[in-house]
Amino acid sequence: MDNILKVENLQVSFNTYAGEVKAVRGVDFELRRGETLAFVGESGCGKTVTAKALMRLLQPPFAEIKPQSKIAFNDEDVLSMGKKRLRQYRGDDVSMIFQDPMTSLNPTMTCGRQIMETLILHKGITKAQAREEAIKTLELVKIPDPEKRIDAYPHQLSGGMRQRVMIAIALACSPQILIADEPTTALDVTIQAQILDLLQELQDRLETSIILVTHDLGVVANFADRIQVMYAGQVIERGTVEEIFHQARHPYTWALLSSVPKPGRETKKELYSLMGTPPDLILPLTSCPFAPRCEFCMNICKERMPKETTLSDEHRVSCWLQHPMAPKVETFYERQA
Amino acid sequence: MAQYILKRISYMILTLLVVIAMTFFLMRSIPGDPLASLARALPEQTKANFYAKYGLDKPLFQQYLIYMKNLLKGDLGESVVYAGRSVSETIIQTSPVSAAVGGLALIVGLIVGISLGIVAALYKNSWPDYLVMFIAILGITIPVFVLASLFQYFFSVKLGWLPTSGWGKPQHMVLPVIVLCFGTIATYARYIKSSMLEVLGQDYILTARAKGLSEFQVITRHVMRNSMLPAITILAGRIVGIFTGAFVVERMFSIPGIGFYYISSINNNDYSMTLGTTVFYAALFVVMQLIVDFVYMLVDPRIRLAGD
Amino acid sequence: MDNATNDSFVIVGPEISEAERIARPKVSYLQDVWRRFKENKMALVALIILMLLGFMVIFGPSISGYAFEEVDRTARNQFPSLKHWFGTDKLGRDMFARVCQGGRVSLIIGLAGAFISSVAGCLYGGISAYLGGKTDDIMMRIVEIIISVPYLIVVILLSVVLQSQGIFTLILAMTLTGWCSTARLVRGQVLQIKGQDYVLAAQALGVSPWRIITRHLIPNVLSVVLVSITFDIPGYIFSEAFLSYVGLGIQPPNTSWGALAAMAQTSFTFYPYQMFFPALMIALTMLSFTLLGDGLRDALDPRLRK
Repeated sequence: MDNILKVENLQVSFNTYAGEVKAVRGVDFELRRGETLAFVGESGCGKTVTAKALMRLLQPPFAEIKPQSKIAFNDEDVLSMGKKRLRQYRGDDVSMIFQDPMTSLNPTMTCGRQIMETLILHKGITKAQAREEAIKTLELVKIPDPEKRIDAYPHQLSGGMRQRVMIAIALACSPQILIADEPTTALDVTIQAQILDLLQELQDRLETSIILVTHDLGVVANFADRIQVMYAGQVIERGTVEEIFHQARHPYTWALLSSVPKPGRETKKELYSLMGTPPDLILPLTSCPFAPRCEFCMNICKERMPKETTLSDEHRVSCWLQHPMAPKVETFYERQA
Repeated sequence: MAQYILKRISYMILTLLVVIAMTFFLMRSIPGDPLASLARALPEQTKANFYAKYGLDKPLFQQYLIYMKNLLKGDLGESVVYAGRSVSETIIQTSPVSAAVGGLALIVGLIVGISLGIVAALYKNSWPDYLVMFIAILGITIPVFVLASLFQYFFSVKLGWLPTSGWGKPQHMVLPVIVLCFGTIATYARYIKSSMLEVLGQDYILTARAKGLSEFQVITRHVMRNSMLPAITILAGRIVGIFTGAFVVERMFSIPGIGFYYISSINNNDYSMTLGTTVFYAALFVVMQLIVDFVYMLVDPRIRLAGD
Repeated sequence: MDNATNDSFVIVGPEISEAERIARPKVSYLQDVWRRFKENKMALVALIILMLLGFMVIFGPSISGYAFEEVDRTARNQFPSLKHWFGTDKLGRDMFARVCQGGRVSLIIGLAGAFISSVAGCLYGGISAYLGGKTDDIMMRIVEIIISVPYLIVVILLSVVLQSQGIFTLILAMTLTGWCSTARLVRGQVLQIKGQDYVLAAQALGVSPWRIITRHLIPNVLSVVLVSITFDIPGYIFSEAFLSYVGLGIQPPNTSWGALAAMAQTSFTFYPYQMFFPALMIALTMLSFTLLGDGLRDALDPRLRK
């Protein structure tokens, strides 16, 4: 499998009244053709910011992508793209679905026109052709009665329908990468499953690579190929779905896993909840950012940042517990068994 | 939808009836009576005729009924100061003049105000923004008559470019229109700026950018329409502002508009003229408000369908 | 890594207190309001200008040494000088003293008008929202009818009817309809708070109505009303200026900023300073209250809390 997107040392800062907030601190990863990569973490861990940075949707001067960052799309440097190329890149090569379908559609424009807009822009086709295409796309995302719905305004549709329209907009030009930022968070549970199934089906058909941003591990389990767990603007652990769910090595990942309810098991035990809050990203981080909340925190954790340890082809983790001198601790799995 | 319109129109008629009744009885509750100061010097017999002519010899409620009956026929009575001058006719003759000046000021004010608001929003926190906000603040902090005096002084007296006052030639319109449209410019520049900034922060603008639209396309296709629609709702207030501003401007530039006559009727104690003009203004505003609301309903898809 | 000792790898466990401490310090609502207000330099300057204006209006006449109605026929229409700081008018009255006196009248009209109309508006809007149902419907219909007639027309009409020439009839004429917008605002705010999730949650948790009123209702309504007052004050001053121009305002020898400016308008070409000072005062007051209102609104709006 070849890499379609390669990110190296991505750093993003926000300039606020209180100072520079370093929201993303040196994130590296690559995305392969046709796979689904999930970013998982608490709110404010930098996953959405990373996703937006990939499309250069962050607004300067408030948000700033640091110069040492590198984003390569098919070996092409995204951060140095000219205005024209960037517009083509957005929408035609890479597209994005946002969290809240209630606010992500223009309320005064019909759904059809919002889909047609992308088509006309990137495919250079006429209005009538674009309309035909838009109806086909609506069919693709399984909106009943597409000939009628194409003239509907967003507020006339339900939340699930609107998210389908969002997906239709994103997939209208068959992009190579689809970034889905919490696509199901704002929806009912039953609708969530439908939307995820739809995404899966479309991915199989169109061979799109998907970056899925979520805080819901349940969503990830069924859908993603690989997972990266983010904390305080860094990737702290990454691996295949199996590796993260069954052989995770980072205490933060354990905490995330144990806060997911599992039916039929240990019903009497209280659901785990992690104490404390993530660190303020205005402060410089010289030690492990998770140390203050970590059950296994050691003295070294409060002094130095851990390096990434490679465990397998895919599985890598940043934690001092991997150091040969560190004590053996009882893992989450051993405790559960 | 039709039911809603019907409801609104019936409320409008109710409002009008209340306003007319209120105006009528308030005017008649002036201590003494409205003709007292004018009739003081008249001999007894003439006085009685004078009162009879304006129907003031009958009981109050009967006067009201007569007034309403005449009103339906479009007859607002006769001026008590200038005998023989019909109030309705004065309104018919003078209102086109006011409408020309006011309408022009409204159009100019809207165009300039909206453009300035857009500029201020796009160049937020840089000098164009500060300049626009300075103009906007001038427009709301300086009374119209002070502004008019300044303009007359500089453009007419000092520079001699335009006539100080008068009516009939196109150049007579220039200064009054500029003075009148200042308020609209100020209100709209401020409103459009904040409304545009709000829309720019919406999620669907991010969607539009993610589609690959250029910043220009994002602004023209997605930002403009959404930020301009709510601006229609403050139009009714601006129309009122233009008319009340016209009271001052018409007097200062000697424009024979309805505002000019309204103010002089107040100063001359011209009871029937004041009453008639107030009723006319109130009716005009109530109707304007309704029209503005309907226009808003027609152009905003969310509201149109919420009414169904 | 080389200097790492065995001690480095001893598990010491979490320090939640430290994690909590790292999060920014908690600030109370009023502290937060004050912090954000201070950040807005324009609003702070506006507040200072208003205090200076207040000082001038209260103590000015005793500093200048002239009474505002004192006529000096030997010193008519004099330009500003050391003797008469703002010059004199056509009757030889000291303009500085007159501007101070006019300021008293204008500010009293603005403050009293805004105060009366917001008290009335709060009561009306609060009662309407509290009673709800049919009563609320009727009360709001009445407000709608009053509000749909242009404000200045009503004020003109009332001024004509009341033959208002003094401060009190003027304030009465202006506040008789001025309370309507406040009433609407307060009603809207109360209804919104009543329906908000956190209030429902508080009710469900058994929080007493008294606490809900003092903790949620009053602070929210108060902040809205406070902002509307700062915008109302210059509104009343402006309306009074308009009425003075039309000839329905304060009558001589008493005066107001509006009356002074209107009076000077006829001789503006010859004695521009006679209009300049009162007009400047009106503009400064308008500007300061507007900026102060903007600053207060931004500072009080908890949605902007960051």
